[in-house]
Amino acid sequence: MRDAFIDELTSLAKKDPTIMLLTGDLGFGVLTEYAEKFPNQYINVGVAEQNMSGLAAGLALEGYKVYTYSIANFTTLRCLEQIRNDICYHDANVTLVSVGAGFSYGQLGMSHFATEDLAILRALPNMMVVAPSDPWEAKVLTRQMAALSGPKYLRIDKGAGGSEENVADVSLGKGRVVREGSDITIVSLGAILSEALKAAESLASLGISARVLSINTLKPFDESIIFNACRETGGLISVEEHSKIGGLGGTISEACLASNIIPKFFVSIGLIDEYPTMVGDQNFLRDHFDLSAEKIISVALSSLQK
Amino acid sequence: MAKNQYIGSTELLAAYVRRDIVDMTHRGGSSHVGSGLSIADILAVLYGDILSVDPSAPRHDNRDRFILSKGHAGAAVYAVLAETGFFEVGRLESHYQNGSVLSGHVSHKGVPGVEFSTGSLGHGLSVAAGMAKAAKLRQKSHKVFVLLSDGECDEGSNWEAILFSSHHKLNNLVAIIDYNKIQSLDSVEATLGLEPFADKFKAFGWNTIEVNGHDHLALKKSFALVSQEKTRPTVLICHTTKGKGVSFMENSVLWHYRSPQGQEYQAASLELQASIQQLEESNHA
Repeated sequence: MRDAFIDELTSLAKKDPTIMLLTGDLGFGVLTEYAEKFPNQYINVGVAEQNMSGLAAGLALEGYKVYTYSIANFTTLRCLEQIRNDICYHDANVTLVSVGAGFSYGQLGMSHFATEDLAILRALPNMMVVAPSDPWEAKVLTRQMAALSGPKYLRIDKGAGGSEENVADVSLGKGRVVREGSDITIVSLGAILSEALKAAESLASLGISARVLSINTLKPFDESIIFNACRETGGLISVEEHSKIGGLGGTISEACLASNIIPKFFVSIGLIDEYPTMVGDQNFLRDHFDLSAEKIISVALSSLQK
Repeated sequence: MAKNQYIGSTELLAAYVRRDIVDMTHRGGSSHVGSGLSIADILAVLYGDILSVDPSAPRHDNRDRFILSKGHAGAAVYAVLAETGFFEVGRLESHYQNGSVLSGHVSHKGVPGVEFSTGSLGHGLSVAAGMAKAAKLRQKSHKVFVLLSDGECDEGSNWEAILFSSHHKLNNLVAIIDYNKIQSLDSVEATLGLEPFADKFKAFGWNTIEVNGHDHLALKKSFALVSQEKTRPTVLICHTTKGKGVSFMENSVLWHYRSPQGQEYQAASLELQASIQQLEESNHA
């Protein structure tokens, strides 16, 4: 997915000399071609994310479209106050790009798990929060985001997969019905969509018609696609590779209660409020922390039986 | 772009700014009077003589940029902007009041002339470095000035920006340190010593100038040196007196937070009014 992002940014930078990519000394082998092609639109600022975020604000206020690039929590939590005060308060045109959503760097340990980022960034006024589900979507959303001014967060997962024909209807800020269904709706955010789709396939073999929604933008949030699912299907399950607090499940809960549109049931699948101490690859950790297709299936079955 | 339109001595401008700061912190019951008085001369020299800024076109692309990184001295910036024509001096009365946009810590929203909002320490220098880098890339000739407090230099983010700025040869960047040697609760020396301060900047590759931050002629001469520097960012370490201009506030930790009220306010006002009168008379002489 990160290659899709950088490919798209490279083609955007070709046409727009105001695009400026800052990296906190990460992106080995990924940013090389971009850096060689656009030496005046690229700065490796060193391992200094607070400074990177302040620089980004300064550059953006002088007319640049700035991207700050690093992994895991380094473009977000490490420099959160610079993001809040310098970027968001000034409505600066800065896109924070974090590679390593959720357990993408599962073997690297807790410091590299991006599992609270969505909740924290969503709380900042002016900030757009975007989490593509596959490389194709990442490419399209990168292009669409570049056309908008203001602070944005792009959460890049390790996830591969997807296909070009799926992205025809991808639109920033709009949820997508990836699979039609009427008995139940599985709402997914980001690359864990693959687990949601696997679950829907298995449920179909059990005679259960599951709608699958892919939410690419947590903020602003496409409430209408959720409200339609509440009205048209038998209940909602949300799934995200993120804390249950303040992410997709939290956003759905807020939206539904505020508008008094209540699904027949709602289960939020996400991480419990604890730091994982175990490592493993992304699939292993999804499975271990009950975010996998099997968990979605068992939640769907038990919810529908009630 | 021409220098700003302020006519008059920078000493007198500083005296007006001091009077405004004391009035504003008195009316608002607010803190940081000592922090503001400490930088009144620096601001008066900048806005009265050094910065290319135009109150009638505060967002002009060729303006020099000035960021107050020690945002808690916001009253001083509002005062100097009002006194040099960016907005009505009468607006200063709303500082710290309910519903006002003139916040205790400097904010740009709805306030002409404020370049950037601050309040949390250790932010301004990185932003200024970004602006200076942008100016170089855009081949613009304006400069970026950023004023920090000494206590603020405890923040590690500054040292990231100090590294960056010399590495990228930002000779259009001027950091000004208000080195009054007193921070929030105690002296700098007792809290987290900065010495050898100038040597630290020199070691980081900066053009380092030490100057009396209340001597207008010396400040002007120091700022004039910036244009001669071809490769390095410049830092002016300004030796200052916290609370400068009000005798009983000078060099006192107390006046970082205390607001001038009652007899203390009267005494401060009298002292500042006397210095204004003296400067006005000598200007007319």
